[in-house]
Amino acid sequence: MLDDFDRRILRMWQTEPEMTAADLAGALDVPTARVTRRIERLRETGVLRGVSAVIDWAALGYGVEVSLRIQIDKTVAGAFDAFMAAARKVPEVTEMQSFLGRVDLRLTVIARDMAHWQSLYRDRILTLPHIAEIEALMHVATVKTDQALPI
Amino acid sequence: MTAAIDDLDRAILRVIQTNATLSAGAVGRAVGLSQPAAWRRLRRLRETGVVKGRELNLDLEKLGFGVTVFLGIKLATKGQVSLEDFERAVSAIPEVRRVEHVLGRYDYRLRVTARDLPDFERVLRRRIMALRGVGEVEANVLVSEERLTGPL
Repeated sequence: MLDDFDRRILRMWQTEPEMTAADLAGALDVPTARVTRRIERLRETGVLRGVSAVIDWAALGYGVEVSLRIQIDKTVAGAFDAFMAAARKVPEVTEMQSFLGRVDLRLTVIARDMAHWQSLYRDRILTLPHIAEIEALMHVATVKTDQALPI
Repeated sequence: MTAAIDDLDRAILRVIQTNATLSAGAVGRAVGLSQPAAWRRLRRLRETGVVKGRELNLDLEKLGFGVTVFLGIKLATKGQVSLEDFERAVSAIPEVRRVEHVLGRYDYRLRVTARDLPDFERVLRRRIMALRGVGEVEANVLVSEERLTGPL
């Protein structure tokens, strides 16, 4: 489905997502319209779901990041959906993933400081429905961030 | 240091979180600002580091990377292997796309992207388990993932 030209665009763009279609066209030495059409097609076929701005929560005063690993009580019908719907309503939850494995769901939760974390954890997290077990990993540092894929 | 933002900035952030390629004019229209006013705010959000960059949201499966696995890693011999050495070695593995140092049951959390399960197994056995100092490893295969707006 993808041809070489698509791959060249994505390879370059993913290492420098700031580039515009014109920048990409300049670097690849092709007309801008050609790059624009390809990007449109990548969006239409769903290969490119979108381009998002990345927010630095620490710059907004959210210095604490916690990864919550959750096991859901699977004896309850609809427990997953109920939990996920409730978790989406907690503003400090920035990411939610589901897994096959020992962990069912994982939430990334941010907080301004430890006092804020403690109140969030008690009032908003532990009150989420159908939690069988919960375990927290406190984020210390990001050593490597999502890097370009060998497309 | 915390950057001060107001409700209009928050509205702009919500817009560009899902669509970072909109022009300043389009962002302005979405939040009720003129093009120059939106442009100034976008520039300030970047300059103050609130917006730290952009990322492409790619459908990995359509690109041939069918498996994403999160690994929790506990170092076996803390004190004997330097964290820097471990971090350098694990970061050098191309399939390891994210490395986070954490506190808790595990010491590190890795995001690994592979073509399929056999490919993942190869990376796990030959590259990750072969690293010095790796103790307990837990693998969870990603099924679904959603990014949420966050406290804006």
